[in-house]
Amino acid sequence: MTGPLLTVAGLTRLYGARVGCRDVSFELWPGEVMGIVGESGSGKTTLLNCLSARLEPSTGHVVYDTRDDGPIDIYAMSEPRRRLLMRTDWGIVHQNPRDGLRMGVSAGANVGERLMAVGARHYGEIRAQADEWLRKVEIEPERIDDLPLTFSGGMLQRLQIARNLVTHPRLVFMDEPTGGLDVSVQARLLDLLRRLVTDLGLAAIVVTHDLAVARLLAHRLMVMRRGEVVETGLTDQVLDDPHHPYTQLLVSSVLQP
Amino acid sequence: MYVAVKGGETAIDNAHRLMAEARRGDPAVPELTVEQIANQLGLAVDRVMTEGSVYDRELAALAIKQAQGDLIEAVFLLRAYRTTLPRFGGSEPIDTGDMAIRRRISAAFKDLPGGQVLGPTYDYTHRLLDFALAAGGDPPPAALAERPVDAHMPRVADVLSQEGLIERDRPGEDEGPPCDLTRQPLEFPAGRDLRLQALARGDEGFLLSLAYSSQRGYGNTHPFAGEIRMGEVAIEFLPEELGFPIEIGTITVTECQMINQFKGTKDIPPQFTRGYGLAFGHAERKAMAMALVDRSLRAGELGEDVANPVQDEEFVLAHADNVEASGFVQHLKLPHYVDFQSELELIRRLRAAAIRREAAE
Amino acid sequence: MTTASGYNFAYLDEQTKRMIRRAILKAVAIPGYQVPFGSREMPLPYGWGTGGIQVTAAVIGPDDRLKVIDQGADDTTNAVSIRRFFARTAGVATTERTTAATVIQTRHRIPETPLTEGQILVYQVPIPEPLRWLEPRETETRRMHALADYGAMHVKLYEDIARYGRIATTYDYPVLVNDRYLMRPSPIPKFDNPKMDMSPALQLFGAGREKRIYAVPPYTKVRSLDFKDHPFAVQSWDRPCELCGATDSFLDEVVTDDRGGRMFVCSDTDHCGTRRDAAQEAAE
Repeated sequence: MTGPLLTVAGLTRLYGARVGCRDVSFELWPGEVMGIVGESGSGKTTLLNCLSARLEPSTGHVVYDTRDDGPIDIYAMSEPRRRLLMRTDWGIVHQNPRDGLRMGVSAGANVGERLMAVGARHYGEIRAQADEWLRKVEIEPERIDDLPLTFSGGMLQRLQIARNLVTHPRLVFMDEPTGGLDVSVQARLLDLLRRLVTDLGLAAIVVTHDLAVARLLAHRLMVMRRGEVVETGLTDQVLDDPHHPYTQLLVSSVLQP
Repeated sequence: MYVAVKGGETAIDNAHRLMAEARRGDPAVPELTVEQIANQLGLAVDRVMTEGSVYDRELAALAIKQAQGDLIEAVFLLRAYRTTLPRFGGSEPIDTGDMAIRRRISAAFKDLPGGQVLGPTYDYTHRLLDFALAAGGDPPPAALAERPVDAHMPRVADVLSQEGLIERDRPGEDEGPPCDLTRQPLEFPAGRDLRLQALARGDEGFLLSLAYSSQRGYGNTHPFAGEIRMGEVAIEFLPEELGFPIEIGTITVTECQMINQFKGTKDIPPQFTRGYGLAFGHAERKAMAMALVDRSLRAGELGEDVANPVQDEEFVLAHADNVEASGFVQHLKLPHYVDFQSELELIRRLRAAAIRREAAE
Repeated sequence: MTTASGYNFAYLDEQTKRMIRRAILKAVAIPGYQVPFGSREMPLPYGWGTGGIQVTAAVIGPDDRLKVIDQGADDTTNAVSIRRFFARTAGVATTERTTAATVIQTRHRIPETPLTEGQILVYQVPIPEPLRWLEPRETETRRMHALADYGAMHVKLYEDIARYGRIATTYDYPVLVNDRYLMRPSPIPKFDNPKMDMSPALQLFGAGREKRIYAVPPYTKVRSLDFKDHPFAVQSWDRPCELCGATDSFLDEVVTDDRGGRMFVCSDTDHCGTRRDAAQEAAE
């Protein structure tokens, strides 16, 4: 019987006297998608950064169930180990794909980099995998040697996703994955993300201010306000029957024309 | 039959002789003396002393003569000489508050204790070529003031700090003696001691352009020239066996204190911040540029966005040294036959492969 | 004014030499690791071998015999200038024979004649950091070395193959030293890379402007990066040296006229000369 993939306990991050996020606790199970919603400034991104080993919390723990050694606090790991984890078993999808890609090297190299980082040394095999992943994210394989500079916004985001998934991670962090994209492009990307998450059995934590994105992707939701979680529950439950006044406000403001 | 190129030794000797001849120029024209350079090309000497990190007017003048007036080459000569000098120790910090002032201006206050002392400056001259100067002759003597300048002139920054309006200069008490850039490699992040040394030795033109870029919006620091002062300061040295410092001489320095607006953060109330510049001799452009760049490089420390070249410590400090830059740019003149041969061979193979592919299609 | 005779043996003062020797010892102890050192201003320009000269000055003694090459040749101007510098400031014996030298300072080549135990090869290094092309920041590259985070280096090789069908790095070809540190061998042609592997000689690398020293101790593994299906390979020529007939040496191309006339000769002048002398002796 396996336990939760990620266990978060009493996570607090302060910026001086200001609260980034306070006393967040939850469990994420394998294959589960958790949405974090709230207005900008509510602490979503701070929380995501703390969870994904990019911002050390002031207090609290983030424990990840590693493949080899079971649950370990990610901030107690050695840095090499944490880096290895981040580029093998985890994926991080940035809102701006340029933050997550090497814009100066080809699409194929972008996808292949993680494989090379963990020791892949067969060019043909690396390329074959890059080819396969480009197809999976609906980028024509002919573009494999093109620089990302020549890609559209939607393609860049899909390339970033391929780059993350090539090592078959079990957990992916996404920060506003559809932010900055046209509505039609958003729909296609969401569709793709949902399919990939289901097919691959990925667990994911998705930060978004867009409740439509949350409804489509997330199994469970956490609603944040001023750095604190004000409501959690199954996505449909939270969106259709919000209990906290803030959630009610959030939901009603979306429903207004 | 082909014989590989030989004769490097003779060629180098001959090149040196030719250069010496070119340097001397027309033998019918009297040769420049080092004294003439030290006296009449004083600002060039000041720059070479500053960037060469040696306060010695004669050596700097000799370097300028030897370099045919190429100041970067002269800096290089002086630095190479400096390396060979024994090191007795470090002086006590100089006290620019106690400077024998020759020039002192503030753009921040109309008047202040000690007053504005214009001193020698080109600032307000019309830049008209002076043909009378070409003819030679002694200038009329400068007028003497009715009374000497005040013996004590407080530094503008000290005046402001009495009110707590400007950040305090943090004395490096607990930091131990300052690092020495000429003995230790520059490591990042660099402390302010290393940064100021690197800037003081840095190329005036490079710092000037960086400072300028900050004024034009690439990382504005909202500066005021709080004070620029130039004059003589005493150098004191503390021999361990004596136990008290003794004065070993005086040097001329130019100091610039930039005062910069700072909106404050949650931890620090709004106040003015400082940028600091110091150069040997009379070198206002250098001291001002240095002060602006120093302040810009504090962006990270002050919680400002680091988004422009002038705020990027590694970019600025790694490229400010003109002796390093000049050497590396010019090393491209050295033979690269072997590397070029390797590239030549690769290009031929790639082209051949491309042509074969085309033919096959 | 001080004259040349007023300088210490081999120009640098003894304290500076000790400082450099400490850096060298550390570099030898951690093969391939770049040790920062207090590089001095030298009377030669940066980029012209100041790092190599400081290393040579720190290791050379009165009984040494020094050989200096640039592009494999003893008589190129920069080699002449550096050899002369040491002849003048250290009064050491110099030689053009690889086999007779105890210390060899080089720019851009490793001699063709295999080096032996007890010899020291000093490389002049312009840019010591192999990761510089993809990460300009020292703070970040230091971290990458500390964590042996070298995957990105293969990205460059991947790009080469994707674009050109082969690895298009021909000189300064990155190597992994002792299975741990990624190292730049200085701009030697990749032809010379295999000579570094398990060499009986001590290999020291000096970068003056960048203020770094690194080393490959004798009998240390030096592996050139590659892919399994695109293995590392060195350049070869489909003709021998036109002077000595060598088929296994690195050849320089010499333009003999302006109508496309070319001839190919050994870049290593000592190797070429020795072979020609031997051939002549055999003929007599």
